[in-house]
Amino acid sequence: MPNSKVNDFVIRFANVNGTGSASANYLFAKAIFRMGIPVTPKNIFPSNIQGLPTWYDVRVSEKGYLGRREGVDLMVCVNPQSMPDDVLSVKSGGYFIYDCTKALNPALIRPDVTYIGLPLMEMCLREFTDPRQRQLFKNIIYVGALSALLDIEFSVLEQLLAEQFVGKEKLVAMNIKALNLGISYIHSNYAYPLDIRLERRDLVGDKILIDGNSACGLGAVYGGATVVAWYPITPSTSVVEAFEIYAKKLRVDKETGKRNYAIVQAEDELAAIGMVIGANWNGARSFTATSGPGLSLMNEFLGLAYFAEIPTVLIDVQRTGPSTGMPTRTQQSDILLAAYASHGDTKQVLVFPSTPKECFEMTAEALDLAESLQTPIIMMTDLDLGMNDHMSEPFHWDDTRKYNRGKILNASQLEDLPRFGRYLDVDGDGITYRTIPGTHPTKGSFFTRGTSRDEYAAYTEDGRVYARNMDRLLKKWNTAKDMVPAPYLYQKENKSAFGLIFFGTSTYSAEEAMETMAATGINFDAMRLRAFPFNQMVEDFIHTHEKVFIIEQNRDGQMRSLLINELNVDPQKMIPILNYDGMPITAHAIMTLINKNLSPALNGATSKILS
Amino acid sequence: MTYIRPKFRHPDLPKNDLGYTTREYEGSLSTLCAGCGHDSISGSILQACFELSIPPHRIAKLSGIGCSSKTPNYFLGNSHGFNSVHGRMPSVATGANMANRDLIYMGVSGDGDTASIGMGQFVHVIRRNLNMVYIVMNNGCYGLTKGQDSATADAGSKSKAGSVNPFQPIDLAGLALELGASFVAQSFSGDKEQLVPLIKAAVSHPGFAFINVISPCVTFNNNPGSTKSYDYVREHIEATGKTDLVPEKSEILASYESGTGTEVMLHDGTFIKLEKLAANRDPFNRMEAMNALRNARNRNEILTGLLYIETETEDLHHTINSTDRPLNTLEEADLCPGAAVLAEINDDLR
Repeated sequence: MPNSKVNDFVIRFANVNGTGSASANYLFAKAIFRMGIPVTPKNIFPSNIQGLPTWYDVRVSEKGYLGRREGVDLMVCVNPQSMPDDVLSVKSGGYFIYDCTKALNPALIRPDVTYIGLPLMEMCLREFTDPRQRQLFKNIIYVGALSALLDIEFSVLEQLLAEQFVGKEKLVAMNIKALNLGISYIHSNYAYPLDIRLERRDLVGDKILIDGNSACGLGAVYGGATVVAWYPITPSTSVVEAFEIYAKKLRVDKETGKRNYAIVQAEDELAAIGMVIGANWNGARSFTATSGPGLSLMNEFLGLAYFAEIPTVLIDVQRTGPSTGMPTRTQQSDILLAAYASHGDTKQVLVFPSTPKECFEMTAEALDLAESLQTPIIMMTDLDLGMNDHMSEPFHWDDTRKYNRGKILNASQLEDLPRFGRYLDVDGDGITYRTIPGTHPTKGSFFTRGTSRDEYAAYTEDGRVYARNMDRLLKKWNTAKDMVPAPYLYQKENKSAFGLIFFGTSTYSAEEAMETMAATGINFDAMRLRAFPFNQMVEDFIHTHEKVFIIEQNRDGQMRSLLINELNVDPQKMIPILNYDGMPITAHAIMTLINKNLSPALNGATSKILS
Repeated sequence: MTYIRPKFRHPDLPKNDLGYTTREYEGSLSTLCAGCGHDSISGSILQACFELSIPPHRIAKLSGIGCSSKTPNYFLGNSHGFNSVHGRMPSVATGANMANRDLIYMGVSGDGDTASIGMGQFVHVIRRNLNMVYIVMNNGCYGLTKGQDSATADAGSKSKAGSVNPFQPIDLAGLALELGASFVAQSFSGDKEQLVPLIKAAVSHPGFAFINVISPCVTFNNNPGSTKSYDYVREHIEATGKTDLVPEKSEILASYESGTGTEVMLHDGTFIKLEKLAANRDPFNRMEAMNALRNARNRNEILTGLLYIETETEDLHHTINSTDRPLNTLEEADLCPGAAVLAEINDDLR
């Protein structure tokens, strides 16, 4: 059944880190996107700058499934170091492309795999003189070969190269030459196209291809962030780099050439979050981005911001912990640390984006929420979302939108006020009024501190006053439940006894699992969480289902624990569906684990689709 | 226990250019020990701001944790203050300064807050030449936890309990000089006559201004054998000369002996006037300042006064080329590129 493999396969590129393969592999993925076919590229890279194996998976899916899928249909292996493992990871009936300049070790030959040799090194030595070019064009030659084998439209590749190297015609020509070398080699030596191949479709619409970190950086520019403080850490670094790239284009005063933003690379994460808190205290919108180890370091300051009620925005691009863990692999494992960050009674507002579009929107919204709630907002993204390109709905901005600065008193409001109470709950929602330093010569100043104080910000060790303030903070927490992004419900009313709960990058594979199982008659209701605190919808969803599967990417079922801890629900019915090997969760893994937990009758039905 | 400060003030209290008396610069009543050096420093800060006629709301006070860091509550009650976390005042000050370059940032810290837990942030705020005043109230011990030695305690200094500190001290003024601070001074809490003009000069300095103030802890480190006691400091102090700040356009009177004084013009046209400089002192020469400090230490003397100043200095805003307008005053029109630009960005991503 060759046609079943049109626009539905996984290609893996096995490269050596630092050899320029990334841009060639991206060219390949982008060409498929331009042909209107849904595509998901994922970079699987080592914690290393040069020399170690790195892989790039491209999943092509006519059905639009954007999660990771196991099983490689075609392997492009240009890394001898990883070749033995790479051969093994090809599915039976799949293809293995390798550099045949050197003969293949007979031990690596599998009878159920088709081998396609390309003399990459030989062609490069013959055609190019510069050593760096010899290395770089190896990558472009295999893209050319793939275009012949898989039916990639040549004009699309040409167009992409022209866009990439605007004004560098010579470079375009050399790349085209390399592409053609690959194409003609296939034309003269192999049958083409393969049974796995591409056909132009119109399934992409107006979607864009972008990584989540860039979307966060852009969202912060649109959301009005002016002070950015950060400390480099994988995989969050590109959030601030993206902010800087966009801000340099979009935030420079045309007359003076000066910048309408300030970026400070701090000495560590402690300082980064301190700067963000200082800037927000002083009335500028400010954010930082970090990952697990940074979040650990920021815990003390997060407690201060919670207790002293200072707006703060933190983007946590999660990676595999604990400790240094696997710093270039993905996970959703900072949830509990973030939710209860800091000593004492603290609860932090979390938001969970699952697409680049949500990264953009939620970053801008987090800046509003932080000021509205006067508390830290932690955005929980991850390496998979942050560093990989994803097909996403385009970004939108309403030009009539005004930043919501929350309850800030200006000089004339202070003038009219008999007495200003920084921590006085005037409106009964637990959210009090603040003033920005420098507002009024004699009114509205107060002393911000992490120690207990009364409604007028005066120091106190009176336990009743302290408890009253803690209760008021809880009232604010309850107010927040309906201000944060609401969960997304996949159905208007329940149609199943089973519910699925997921969030963030587990979404793609959860949706795929849900659709695949529905096709065999097993239906689920589903809810995608978008924020903590949980609102009533979440509690209702759990209460109205017999069993609820919580799909997440960590060992301990952290979201499950958080739901059980925060809501009045029975732990017995909350079934953890977990993945924590550092690779993005797959639909297959989700279905396998759900299957184990379903009744024997249903079990039979699901095993069919898993076989 | 309640502390009540009498509301009565003498009707003829002197007024500054803004028509304010010192009362407008007062804070809450101090809860530090009676006789604490820190309270004297608070008084000097208050006096300096009063004399400079700074509108109190144009100052932001920042501190970390410790006895010293409580003091911003005890001066400038009409200024916003931020008592942050231990050793992290510089980062909060950096963020605040980035948000609004037009305020004056008065950072107050202690020797524990700066020389131990906050060492990293201290050295980096110097590196960045953040425009702020950074005062260390240096008493050589941890007061709030009852008198443990701090990292600035001199080797051989004896604690109240009689134990002798075996470790070398961190010389904060020397460190600031080494790191390239653009204004470094040292003083003594008990010498208001010297300290007030130094604070005034520090406020007027357009970059990072560091003042290390020896401030005896009357409760835990004022005993015989301590090198941070009132008696020891008074006996071992060696002033570099008298400093005064002359407001813009004022006539400069040469009240010092010819050849022994100098003037330093600041960016806003004010002058720092240094009188009766000790022989061979050159406040514009970093190397000389480092040597003088070191030599004084070798003589068991504490060199005080303005040690070093760099008048042509550029602060962090200049380095990163941020706008002259305070960033916290920018609005949607300045900050948000709008839907049309976003449509172009979308197009580039297809």
